[in-house]
Amino acid sequence: MITKRIIPCLDVRNGRVVKGVNFTDLRDVSSPAELGAYYSAAGADELVFYDITASAEGRKLFTEALTEVARRVFIPLTVGGGINGLADFERVLGCGADKVSVNSGAIRDPALVGEAAKRYGDQCVVLSVDVKRVDGVFRVFARGGREDTGLEALSWVRRCVDAGAGEVVVNSIDTDGVKGGFDLELLSAVCQRVRVPVIASGGAGSIADFVSLFETIPDIDAGLAASIFHFGEVKISELKRVLAAHGIPMRQLHSGGGQV
Amino acid sequence: MSGWGIMPENIAIIDYGVGNLFSLQSSFAAIGERAAVVRDPAEAARAARLLLPGVGAFGDAAARLRSSGMDRAILEALDRGAALLGVCLGMQLLFDESLEYGRHAGLGLIPGTVRPIAELIPPELKIPHIGWNALRFRRESPLFRRIREGDHVYFVHSYAAVDCDESVIATADYGAPLTAAVQWGRVYGCQFHPEKSGDVGLRILKAFCETEARPC
Repeated sequence: MITKRIIPCLDVRNGRVVKGVNFTDLRDVSSPAELGAYYSAAGADELVFYDITASAEGRKLFTEALTEVARRVFIPLTVGGGINGLADFERVLGCGADKVSVNSGAIRDPALVGEAAKRYGDQCVVLSVDVKRVDGVFRVFARGGREDTGLEALSWVRRCVDAGAGEVVVNSIDTDGVKGGFDLELLSAVCQRVRVPVIASGGAGSIADFVSLFETIPDIDAGLAASIFHFGEVKISELKRVLAAHGIPMRQLHSGGGQV
Repeated sequence: MSGWGIMPENIAIIDYGVGNLFSLQSSFAAIGERAAVVRDPAEAARAARLLLPGVGAFGDAAARLRSSGMDRAILEALDRGAALLGVCLGMQLLFDESLEYGRHAGLGLIPGTVRPIAELIPPELKIPHIGWNALRFRRESPLFRRIREGDHVYFVHSYAAVDCDESVIATADYGAPLTAAVQWGRVYGCQFHPEKSGDVGLRILKAFCETEARPC
């Protein structure tokens, strides 16, 4: 049976991890490679790196940092942020990314998902969508959640999956940052619409929130979070232990111990 | 792993224009093994160990393998006693044929056929089979000497090898037992990605480097 995935998400600006990451046993808490290796050893099933850089120079630094991550971390890597065309896919896949996440780029150019899926395969293309309720309707927001696109979210997700997106990250703006739990209503609605893996994002504040996510929505494939992992509020090893105790299928690290 | 003498690199990662070679090469570096990305068939034919990667469509990859001359290089290396590990699509290419978008001949190194997973599993399960799944051992193999039954590895595939009972060394349960790893003499294959399977994957690659192979 496929296990449910736990995915830490790291924001990177000018090649360095932002947000106050707080681990006493790390030498350099803003090094993507160092932090990636740390999470991988802690049991993360996958890593997501979002490039929040605006400048071309910063983008180059991100690409260099990603190369270093791929040199040291041997779990699947998803990269997002600033993916506006096939050239961006080429750039990040060339330095070790396994999947590429598109968000605003797909809204600007709706053909991008289909073109990328055709060239790199569905499994490589992840649709990331920021959703907020407006007058009781799920709406797609662009530009980091600042701009209402007017698009209805469920049909947008369906359209991108039909075009070839192999996975969907659903980020609820309504629950993001509140730490009161995932947006179960939104996530259930998305799971009913598509047959590709759905990754929940936005709102995780405790281990109990992940338990409730996977118990309430058996079709959800993964839970993604940032600050609760970075600040050590939730330890991934402990989270996976508790989820496994609740009967949620979890990957445990190799039981043999010792170094390779 | 020293003492091969002639070749500084133990492992030739076959570059025929398909697959993520950077992660594979980094994985070998992480376990202290020297792996070279090899584009010249003559060089591949001399290697003691070969790694056949691959992503994308079977027909296209098989055609590239032939046009690059790497198909003959692999056979030559195997004749000299080399060991071969196919990964993901690289494993599927080891079989007789695939039914992915038509019918395409593989290398024919292991008896078996590659078919759509959709024909093998209950319809309610998602395709591709993507994510971490546990290995169920079917046979003892040197490839598993550093891991345990039930260890998880990372899969991404929509096609799977069938009619290959004699070579299957591990399966993964996804509504049905899917072929996860095979061995046929010195020819090995992993449907999953060892270079993306964390510590368990590195242990499998290390074990491959320790299997019997005559230096060429």
